[in-house]
Amino acid sequence: MKLFRMFGRYVRDAFKSVSRNLSLSIASISCISITLIVVGIALVLSFNVDNFAKIIKRDVTIVVFLNQETTEDEFNHTIKAKIEKLQNVEKPIVLKSKEESKKEMMAESDVFKATMETWPEEDNPLRDSYLIKVKDIEQIKDTVQKIKTIDKVEVVDYGEGMVEQLIEAFKLVEKITIIIVAILIVVTVFLIINTIKLTIFSRKREISIMRLVGASNISIKIPFIIEGMLIGALGSIIPIVVVIYGYSALYEKFGGQLFSALIKLISPEPFIYIVASAVLVIGILVGMLGSGRAVRKYLKV
Amino acid sequence: MDLINIKHVNKVYKNGVTAIYDLSLKIKKGDFVFVIGGSGSGKSTLIKMLYREERPTSGEIILGGLNVAKLRNSKVYKLRRKLGIVFQDYRLLPKLTVYENVAFALEAIGARKEEIKKKTIKAIDLVGLKSKLRTYPTELSGGEQQRVAIARAIVNNPKLLICDEPTGNLDPDMSREIVSVLDTINKEVGTTIIMATHDREIVNEMKKHVIALKDGRLVKDFEKGTYDNEVI
Ligand SMILES: Nc1ncnc2c1ncn2[C@@H]1O[C@H](COP(=O)(O)OP(=O)(O)OP(=O)(O)O)[C@@H](O)[C@H]1O
Ligand SMILES: [Mg+2]
Repeated sequence: MKLFRMFGRYVRDAFKSVSRNLSLSIASISCISITLIVVGIALVLSFNVDNFAKIIKRDVTIVVFLNQETTEDEFNHTIKAKIEKLQNVEKPIVLKSKEESKKEMMAESDVFKATMETWPEEDNPLRDSYLIKVKDIEQIKDTVQKIKTIDKVEVVDYGEGMVEQLIEAFKLVEKITIIIVAILIVVTVFLIINTIKLTIFSRKREISIMRLVGASNISIKIPFIIEGMLIGALGSIIPIVVVIYGYSALYEKFGGQLFSALIKLISPEPFIYIVASAVLVIGILVGMLGSGRAVRKYLKV
Repeated sequence: MDLINIKHVNKVYKNGVTAIYDLSLKIKKGDFVFVIGGSGSGKSTLIKMLYREERPTSGEIILGGLNVAKLRNSKVYKLRRKLGIVFQDYRLLPKLTVYENVAFALEAIGARKEEIKKKTIKAIDLVGLKSKLRTYPTELSGGEQQRVAIARAIVNNPKLLICDEPTGNLDPDMSREIVSVLDTINKEVGTTIIMATHDREIVNEMKKHVIALKDGRLVKDFEKGTYDNEVI
């Protein structure tokens, strides 16, 4: 195919053009590098927040205590079935009978052990309970309401308030990082448009002659698009190095967690390579988009 | 057979100036046509509409089977490959040699290497510049530069060669040289030639098909015409 035959020439031309306009290219590559570094940091941040949110959400458990009148059969079958029938409940739910609770507590401390040993077998003041995970944490309140209406359910506890607040906070952080990344990408696109416009301007005459002698618009566009991709790729080298080494060093320094053991960082491998490829892909795409738009104006005469 | 068929073409520019009024004419394959007329008579406008830099406001232009007026921007290259264009200001690339300037036209349309070499040498030979292959445009006279531009315009064997005042910047001797090159191309290769010009001596000497425009209207269409002062 003809386009294929011309491809080698296009790539050669792109390298030539970047080196011919070296100072301009370096300027735009540095600008893109700076933006991509921020994009990389934002990506690392948002992935970690996302990860942290997932961990927290996974940890959120609804504890349901049944009242004293509950029979063993109700605990093991009827009420369990009622709860498991609820849409949002992750099946199977964990059952914890009062006997188990008692054993657990006795194992935990000698003080408990001493007291509880005096309790007769059939007179256990503890309650039977369920430990429930939900599929969608945002509907947890609704699910809790439904559980509360079930007969013989006495107490439902899930850290009310705290969970909602956490969810709100995560949503906010996620939104902000998405907005920052989006704005940065738009800024980078405009940057590349302007850079390529300058290199195109110096080749205006060439382009108009190409149009005049019958070059198709695509074949005129392709070298500039390749040039944009090249600038994007070159611009992503430093950000990739920063992401890979920066994050690894950070992870080492903090021992894989932030402030407390609760906030776990994503382990660097393969995470940093995923972020690095994302930065490269964003750089190349943005370069492509910018140059494609920049050259359009010259293809109308 | 008609290579170009222009039917009832009007051209009104965005600023409201009407440059062409109801123009209809036909140009045969292999013809050599002078388009003459005073300054502002619409010669360049007519020529620009032929290679689709401008579109007619109304009317039809059929060129080698293509409906030029209706041609989409992305399909203009199909028309441009059928014709060669030469301007008063040569429009060469100063950083390229004579050879490279001519080869550029073939490279831009993705021709093969061997084909590029063969056709480029042939075209440069036809305009008589074979000894200047490695020379840069700035080292050439105006007439020589214009011959390079002509070589570039014909290198892809177009059916039609359009020239807008190709001798406008040249002295009479050089102008004659250029027109004789065009005449050779017309006779030997059979390329149809349309040339807009002010140069009355040349028009009178050559005795070719003459189309005269005045204020955007066709006032004369003669098979073997001369530059007529009374009409223009
Ligand atoms: N791009 C344009 N926009 C508006 N008006 C234009 C444009 N180009 C030409 N005109 C007008 O159209 C008319 C015809 O111009 P055109 O350039 O076709 O004349 P011409 O015969 O080539 O003249 P010359 O011999 O001076 O080159 C003139 O009145 C001119 O002012
Ligand atoms: Mg003119």
